[in-house]
Amino acid sequence: MTRILLTGNPNVGKSVLFSRLTGVQAIVSNYPGTTISYTRGHMKLGEEMAEVIDVPGTYTLEPTSEAEEIALRLLDSGDIVINVVNAINLERNLYLTLQLLERGIPMVVALNLWDDTKHRGIDIDLDKLRQLLGVPVIPTVAVTGQGVKELAENIPRATSPQHPPATRDERWATIGKIIEQVQQIRHRHHTWRERLADASVKPVSGGFIALAILAASFFVVRFIGEGLINYVLDPLFNTLWSPVLSWLSNLMGGTGFLHDIVIGKIIGGEVDLVQSFGLLSSGLFVPFGMVLPYIISFYFVLGILEDTGYLPRLAVLMDTIMHRLGLHGYAIIPNLLGLGCNVPAILATRILESKRERFIAATLISIAVPCAALQAMIFGLVGARGIGYVAIVYGTLFIVWIILGLILNHTVKGFSPELLIEIPPYRLPPWRTVLQKLWIRTYGFLAEAIPIILGAILVINVLYILGVFDAIANFTAPVVTGLLGLPKEAVTALVIGFLRKDVALGMLAPLALSSGQLVVGSVVLAMLFPCIATFVVMFRELGWLNMLKAVGVMIVAALVTGGILNLIL
Amino acid sequence: MRRQMHGFGGRFNPEANLVTLVQLKSGQSGTVVDIHGGRRIIDRLNALGIIPGKKITKTSAMLMRGPVTIAVDRVEVAIGFGMANKVIVTPERVP
Repeated sequence: MTRILLTGNPNVGKSVLFSRLTGVQAIVSNYPGTTISYTRGHMKLGEEMAEVIDVPGTYTLEPTSEAEEIALRLLDSGDIVINVVNAINLERNLYLTLQLLERGIPMVVALNLWDDTKHRGIDIDLDKLRQLLGVPVIPTVAVTGQGVKELAENIPRATSPQHPPATRDERWATIGKIIEQVQQIRHRHHTWRERLADASVKPVSGGFIALAILAASFFVVRFIGEGLINYVLDPLFNTLWSPVLSWLSNLMGGTGFLHDIVIGKIIGGEVDLVQSFGLLSSGLFVPFGMVLPYIISFYFVLGILEDTGYLPRLAVLMDTIMHRLGLHGYAIIPNLLGLGCNVPAILATRILESKRERFIAATLISIAVPCAALQAMIFGLVGARGIGYVAIVYGTLFIVWIILGLILNHTVKGFSPELLIEIPPYRLPPWRTVLQKLWIRTYGFLAEAIPIILGAILVINVLYILGVFDAIANFTAPVVTGLLGLPKEAVTALVIGFLRKDVALGMLAPLALSSGQLVVGSVVLAMLFPCIATFVVMFRELGWLNMLKAVGVMIVAALVTGGILNLIL
Repeated sequence: MRRQMHGFGGRFNPEANLVTLVQLKSGQSGTVVDIHGGRRIIDRLNALGIIPGKKITKTSAMLMRGPVTIAVDRVEVAIGFGMANKVIVTPERVP
């Protein structure tokens, strides 16, 4: 099967084009490095099917990061290359184009963001460019689909003109000559978007903009999340599902082995959606009634932040602080992704250049960045005791994040490179991509979390009945009770935290904890042992030795923090 | 800092005319003359089209040794303080 590679500089719209060509949905954003591993799909090429691969963005074939190395390795396996070029910035984009031409793979150029050239005052002579490069050049606007059909039709016409290998200086000289002949820039005035763009990377105005955006994001996440819970999911569960559960419970005799697994324990004479812990009670209410609303609201807001192009600017503002933590500003992006789910966040650390940075970032994320599922439960359970307690949980995790970063920066060997990133222009988020991304991520949560949540609840009930938890609880009692001040039964929650954090926090609900104990429990759960999915991705990305190191740091940090909180609260 | 000579017997270009990206004022334009860094830094800047001879405009700089933002060929690029300190430019003369 013919293999077509979509290559180009970061953030030129390869993934949007990929979705257009193959119909496969890919996550697209407005910042360099969204695609860190490759996605594959298929399209019709004449009568046959061809495989299309969305390659991570790269500026050059001399790789400077892991994502770029992946791109380089893929290149050897391709039959045809679609080189996606940013029409706004031909100069720099052509550098990769020339390197690709030197390799002699048949190529078509997609001149993307073509609509932007007009209001940016850029004129490009397409015929001349085709003639000078010796390959088909098709103007496209991937977001609207303009030019995509012509691009597809031109794939079979890909050519590989013989460009001799060149040195760096020779390539830049060639580019200079090409630009002189094909591109003309007309003078024009700054737009409000550009003024806003400048303001958001200036010290004072940038700081205010960042605070305003982060505060607004937080409130919108809360507003949508609580709105969905109060007006949609709570009424739905209370009026429709609870009566069904009561009826089923009566039918099954209200007690017994099977009843406890399916419906859960009867609390105060009725089935409790949070505390009963049966497959049909907590097993459905925790993921759908408590976590899903926050997954939707968080990813909706994150999607908008990603698509406007704000995140790289936040990276610039945060750079000085992040350097203290052994990272540079761009590491703020994986950390923010971690507030959704730690798994893609740890994968996203691939945009960082050095092993040391990746280790520090992954360790910080897995310990001090709570995922959306856990946060939803914190809001639900700790929030019921007062918003001040929620603030203590977040404040503690933030302090841990800072202190741990400072310590890791001083103890982990190696050096962390400097920030060097392209800052994309501000764009109005295309609703299609925002909603598509929200759907991909929400579906991902449901598909991955529901089976594990149900499995976890099944395991919990079986282990309870077998008395395994009592044995563990007695064994770990000195640490859990002595150090953390929690009842020894709480250890079951810590163990289940390995499977799912949301379910684990739910297990603290029936223990009649004081507010202080609930805060300690939430913080320790957030820090200690990431869920199994995060473990797997840490193992794959860091190797077993570094993963064990991270786990060591995790255990010490969690116990110390929990112990201190226990003394204070 | 390397000195620039304009041909044999030409007028000596005083050192004051060469500044780093950190020293260049916000809003000022200049031409990259040299990059006083190792292979890795030169490679990474090269990938973003920041090479000797390129005209750039400084947009802003963050406080406390924060990154410098410049415009290169209509694209904004943020460069960490340490790296920006190694990029030598001749500022455009303000008329």
